[in-house]
Amino acid sequence: MSIFAPASPGAHSIVDLAILTFVVTGLIFVVVEGVLLYSVWRFRQPRVEQTGEPPQVYGSMPIEVAWTAAPTLIVFFLVLVTTRTLWDVEKTQPKSKPGDNTLFVNVIGHQWWWEYVYESYDGRILGFVTANELHMPVSDDDTMRPVYLTLKSADVCHSYWVPRLAGKVDLIPGRVNSLMLETKEPGLQLGQCAEFCGAQHANMLLRVNVDTPEEFERWLANESKAALEESAVADGRAKFLAQSCVNCHAVRGTPARGTYAPDLTHLMSRQTLASGIIENTPETLADWVRDPQPIKPGCLMPAFGLTERDQQLIVRYLLSLR
Amino acid sequence: MSSLVEQPRGIELADRPADVAMNMGWTAQAHEWATTVDHKKIGIMYVVMSIVFLVIGGIEAILMRWQLFYPRSKVLDQDTFNQLFTMHGTTMVFFVGMPILIGIGNYFVPLMIGARDMAFPRLNAFGFWVTLFGGVMVYMSYITGGAPAVGWFAYAPLTSNTFSRGAATDFWALGLIVSGIGTIAGGVNFIATILGMRAPGMTLRKVPFFVWTMLWTSFQILLAIPPLTAALTMIIFDRQLGAHFFDVPNGGSAYLWQHLFWFFGHPEVYILILPVFGMVSEIIPVFSRKVLFGYEFMAAATMGIAFISLSVWAHHMFCVGMGRMPDLFFAVATFLVSIPTGIKFFNWLATMYGGRIWFASPMLFSFGFLSMFLIGGLTGIMLGAAPFDFQLSDSYFVVGHFHWVLIGGTLFGTFAGIHYWYPKVTGRMLSERLARWQFWLLYIGFILTFGPMHISGVLGMPRRIYTYDAGHGWEIWNQLSTLGALIQVPSYAILVYNLITSLWKGKPAGDDPWDAWTLEWMTTSPPPSYNFEEVPTVHSRRPLWDLKHPEDPDWQYE
Amino acid sequence: MTQPASDLPVPPPIAPERMLKPAQWGMASFLLSEVAFFCTLIATYVAFMGKDTVGPTPAQALSLPLVIATTICLLSSSVVIHFAERSLHRGEQKRFLFLLAGTAALGIVFLLGTAIEWRTLIVDHHLTIGRNLFGSTYYTLVGFHGLHVTVGIVAMLIVLVLAIGRELTEKFRNGVELVAWYWHFVDAVWIVVFLVVYVASRSSGA
Repeated sequence: MSIFAPASPGAHSIVDLAILTFVVTGLIFVVVEGVLLYSVWRFRQPRVEQTGEPPQVYGSMPIEVAWTAAPTLIVFFLVLVTTRTLWDVEKTQPKSKPGDNTLFVNVIGHQWWWEYVYESYDGRILGFVTANELHMPVSDDDTMRPVYLTLKSADVCHSYWVPRLAGKVDLIPGRVNSLMLETKEPGLQLGQCAEFCGAQHANMLLRVNVDTPEEFERWLANESKAALEESAVADGRAKFLAQSCVNCHAVRGTPARGTYAPDLTHLMSRQTLASGIIENTPETLADWVRDPQPIKPGCLMPAFGLTERDQQLIVRYLLSLR
Repeated sequence: MSSLVEQPRGIELADRPADVAMNMGWTAQAHEWATTVDHKKIGIMYVVMSIVFLVIGGIEAILMRWQLFYPRSKVLDQDTFNQLFTMHGTTMVFFVGMPILIGIGNYFVPLMIGARDMAFPRLNAFGFWVTLFGGVMVYMSYITGGAPAVGWFAYAPLTSNTFSRGAATDFWALGLIVSGIGTIAGGVNFIATILGMRAPGMTLRKVPFFVWTMLWTSFQILLAIPPLTAALTMIIFDRQLGAHFFDVPNGGSAYLWQHLFWFFGHPEVYILILPVFGMVSEIIPVFSRKVLFGYEFMAAATMGIAFISLSVWAHHMFCVGMGRMPDLFFAVATFLVSIPTGIKFFNWLATMYGGRIWFASPMLFSFGFLSMFLIGGLTGIMLGAAPFDFQLSDSYFVVGHFHWVLIGGTLFGTFAGIHYWYPKVTGRMLSERLARWQFWLLYIGFILTFGPMHISGVLGMPRRIYTYDAGHGWEIWNQLSTLGALIQVPSYAILVYNLITSLWKGKPAGDDPWDAWTLEWMTTSPPPSYNFEEVPTVHSRRPLWDLKHPEDPDWQYE
Repeated sequence: MTQPASDLPVPPPIAPERMLKPAQWGMASFLLSEVAFFCTLIATYVAFMGKDTVGPTPAQALSLPLVIATTICLLSSSVVIHFAERSLHRGEQKRFLFLLAGTAALGIVFLLGTAIEWRTLIVDHHLTIGRNLFGSTYYTLVGFHGLHVTVGIVAMLIVLVLAIGRELTEKFRNGVELVAWYWHFVDAVWIVVFLVVYVASRSSGA
């Protein structure tokens, strides 16, 4: 997750600025600290021999001008490179058009999970909701496939930080921010919320899956569908719909339309649960449904005191939501 | 070490505070301290208060470092950890950093300008007790079911009733409003004293540099603290009266809180460093045996820093989405403030250069300050480059940076001042041996604690997380930090031990143990309650140099 | 010191500095901090102008006649205290007491007017501090100003009580000057508040 392993043009731009700044400040450090250490060594005097006071030098206008001018020039240079990088990195969000190969996603930060509303891709309206794991297509030398994230918050301030892909942008309630991600490197990129947002701020992780265009289209097609309705888990489904789960969670194609918690329509297409802190396996899912608090203490989902039978049925149903 | 000038004599033995104290019962002594309006006693109380809170804040820090030693550690739960970093930050900034500097300023500004007390002695006492009371109020939150867990900058709407149940946030806000009143009282007092009570001949261009920096610090206090007070009041009104300042669903603005807070928050850190610049500007000349190089430029640079620092606050908000132009403006302003800061640095080096440097403990700590504050300032420049800050903001890099300037800058400089002036306050020298142990343990421990944070930050570790996953490469840096913190612990213990035991074990200091040049060294150690037998007339910035070198006085060159 | 004193350099004479007295610096500094405080409240008021999600708006709730009357009282009280100070300097003790009491009375009228206004706002317009943004910012800003007026009136009453039947020393006159500075400041803040709240935000259609 190092910022010095950039996987996108934006992150790369920042690394260039970082290296430049580091070199400039590094040189300043070497020179100034060098003068300091030299003075300290050269002019040290054991107290015992007091040979009278050294010559008192009150100041020197030329020297003051010189060491005011030099930093000013350095600052001027830093302003120039900063401006260039700033314009490079902060992009205004365009409108969706057919054939633009661009993904538009609304990100809504919650305590302590990420809601993703996929608006459109390549001009095609999408309109489905997922949670916690972002999928985006990889770019290649011929085609840029950026994703523009529109960042909003449902509660307190959060921050979207995937270091290898971009600098962070905050999610401020009442404000709308924008972040562009674009990379030629396929695979999983990690990050996490970077603005203290309460008890489980530390466990609001980010996962960005950078898929090949084919993989991405397959994923889009699957996510766009309503939830699978397998007869084998019909009883589990009924149990689920009868519980208060539906007050918070949504499963497209069922009466469950809650908006306070992650969308579960394709829960099993995700690799993790609880915004990235545990793997998505039958065992961990069962633990989570039984009682989320030991896993993510303070999170807003309580234990519902389900009977063991109900618990198993519901978990089996959830496992069918691929 | 003996001065070449006859010191003022004639102080009756019975007037010497130490002797008087020995004859008083402890209740009488306690009453004396509780009701005093003497700037020297008030200064000492401020410093003692700060050291007590320093220990408390340090314990909070050690607990956090313990929890962060291993990934997914279960030493502390998330609520405890979140409360700890909130209280640690609040304590260190408001109940350690500011009071210790105001305390030292309280003791020495009147002495250095040849005054008999501050302009408003009763307001002075009020300011101290109110500051202490504010600190106690904030800590009362522990008794009411837990400390606030909103972070020391308390971003709205986390502070609203919805997200912060319980009384903790109210105690926090009220405590800071109250102690803020004390701080403003201090600022008013310093300005009136420095502008209105200088000794004859001491024009504003001839004040000791510490006095000059206290003047500008006070100016910043007056401009920065009231906006915080106003913003905290808005939090209380939101929480208790149903107001909507930061109530987003009803039109309030979380963004406004950030602007208001940082408008205070940035000048605040200059409040924490300007007095230190003043202290080392007194110490470096004396221990290099050379006059401060370029006093006028140093003075102008101080003013420049005070003004520019009022315009950089939103560099704490680069990631908030203000837009390119505001981001650029604040980046440029942030870079600009490095110019006067650099000027000061070069002037200190020029003071040392060609001098005869004597590494007694005040100079040792000043060296620590110089060598370390440079680095903290340079990482600040990195953070000022807005796009770079998009990555670094809210990461451990920032935690490393600000601890570097606060410990490397404020704390080392303050310890330099404490070691310099302790003989004047108590009449005894601190143990040089213990001071050296304290210094090296602190120097090494602090580098080991906060150096690695720059690396874990760059590796993607955000701040304010109570735990983290293994596998990102963060473990080793966290472990080094914890080790460094453990190395720092004995350093603070040694300081407290040194301060206390030197009261009776320290060598008698005499009036002027360092052969220094400003007015406080002209009176006894400790000074009598009325400071000076006779208020001196000064002709230069170094009145005692003039007295000691009548054939070559400073006023010929200033 | 072995050289005879007459060989040593002689410093130039010290030019006397004409600056304020410490207490004046103190009041000026305090007023500077109050400027920062009120600027924050005013800036917040302005930031939230027109952003209410529910009514009433300033245009709907605020009525000018009463406020203009109280404003005249408050601003003229600055003139009255100025004359009070003049009387004090001329040694006209009774006149000074009368004019100072008059200043305080005008301030009290201002506060009463504010109280009446607030009653109307609360009862007739249902504007409370929790009603909407306008309520929050208005009561905070005008409320803190009113608090400062109250403190000023209390200070004047204390001065009155201290002045009755006593010799008016220079120290006393200096103290009255500081109270007057404070009072002028409070009035100056009101001018800004009046322009921002009762003129600008009422007419901006907010």
